[in-house]
Amino acid sequence: MNPAPVIEIDHLTKYYGKREIIRDLSLKVPPGSIYGFLGRNGMGKTTTIRILLGLEDPTRGSSTVFGEDSRKLSPETRARIGYLPEGHHVYGWMTVRECGRFQASFFPKWNQDIFETVITHFRLTDKMKTGHLSRGQRAGLCLALTLAPEPELLVLDDPALGLDPVARRSLLQSMLYVTRRPDRTILFSSHLLSDVERVADRIVVLDGGVLRADCTVETFRERLRHYVLKFRDTPPPTPEMPGLLESFRTDNEIALTVANPDAETEASLAGLHPESVNPVEMTLEDAFVSYVGERGEKSFFIKEQTRK
Amino acid sequence: MALAFSISPASDVPIFRQIVQQIHRAVALGQVRVGEQLPAVRTLAEMLVINPNTVARSYQELIRDGVLESRSGRGVFVTEKRQVFSGEERLRRLQHAAERLCHEAMLLDSGLPEIREILEKKWKEIQRETRGVETKEEKKKK
Repeated sequence: MNPAPVIEIDHLTKYYGKREIIRDLSLKVPPGSIYGFLGRNGMGKTTTIRILLGLEDPTRGSSTVFGEDSRKLSPETRARIGYLPEGHHVYGWMTVRECGRFQASFFPKWNQDIFETVITHFRLTDKMKTGHLSRGQRAGLCLALTLAPEPELLVLDDPALGLDPVARRSLLQSMLYVTRRPDRTILFSSHLLSDVERVADRIVVLDGGVLRADCTVETFRERLRHYVLKFRDTPPPTPEMPGLLESFRTDNEIALTVANPDAETEASLAGLHPESVNPVEMTLEDAFVSYVGERGEKSFFIKEQTRK
Repeated sequence: MALAFSISPASDVPIFRQIVQQIHRAVALGQVRVGEQLPAVRTLAEMLVINPNTVARSYQELIRDGVLESRSGRGVFVTEKRQVFSGEERLRRLQHAAERLCHEAMLLDSGLPEIREILEKKWKEIQRETRGVETKEEKKKK
């Protein structure tokens, strides 16, 4: 039996006025996993997170965290959630130490060791005024404030935004450190696909408010295939085929990116009688860009294939 | 242990396969020896700052390939070399490697004689480094 999900989103829909932000989103996050939450800007990631934490009401549908309705989270349940909002906001007039003490007063559990370890990791000292910190330092402080209550669920909204490579690496290390314990779960949104590839167990892709992938990084890459077809002369017209995301033509080549390719795809490629067909592996970033890019059709969904 | 990894997430080679390839190479070059223990999944994951499941997957693949073996409760070790690939798969892998070499050589305006010469030299060099681990092919000759 699967353990009860930490997060469960059920047919969630959200409108701002007449604008649809999220459409019929359903998702389960099991305990002990790192979920990368991907999507271009304005595709509903932050709104989903805010609804999840009860900071906004859904228009339709519902969500639960630790089995409690997001709209009515008890203080006890909130204390089990660490939320790092976008933008690393801090009270500029406090010192680092004051920030820690202020935050600690809201939580029943506060691990000062964790706070200090993270602070040191980001080269911060107690007496620094938070208003004078760099972006990366502020991110470190926010991360320390979020981790010190030892939350079971970490929700990080674009935590790497504006960080330099060293600070980003520290952030990833902290995330891996947290999930040493099997009952710790992380949901983080990011645009840095190389970071996501490093640490995420699974990725969720939100595009135009619609869930378009819920799978492992590997599956995502495997389910998107790039083919280069070479021809002796001018290639025939690019064929219509299910899952076609992108195609480029040159004098004697057609390059295609296809979602969920199968035997039929390969057959229709072979039907063009090219001199050669080369499947090319894509980077996660290339795969992502062609999947949510402007030109692609938006009707595919990638999930784990059931093994036969 | 002389295992130095370098992982590049933005590559078209998935991270788990990068690890597989690098361990394969380290074993082939004798940088890790038969019976030597590899870092625990957790340790390597934290060292490389990647998800532990990725490391676990690489180890599983290497165990399947007969490069590593898992001793229960003690960890993962380098095994005695044995051929686990079928004749066909073995040939496919060799051909794939040859193809890459040929492409690279063409790009560099090299030709077959030079490739042959370099290949022979390199082969002997690696043989010396690994202190003459004999391959099946060579045993047959004798």
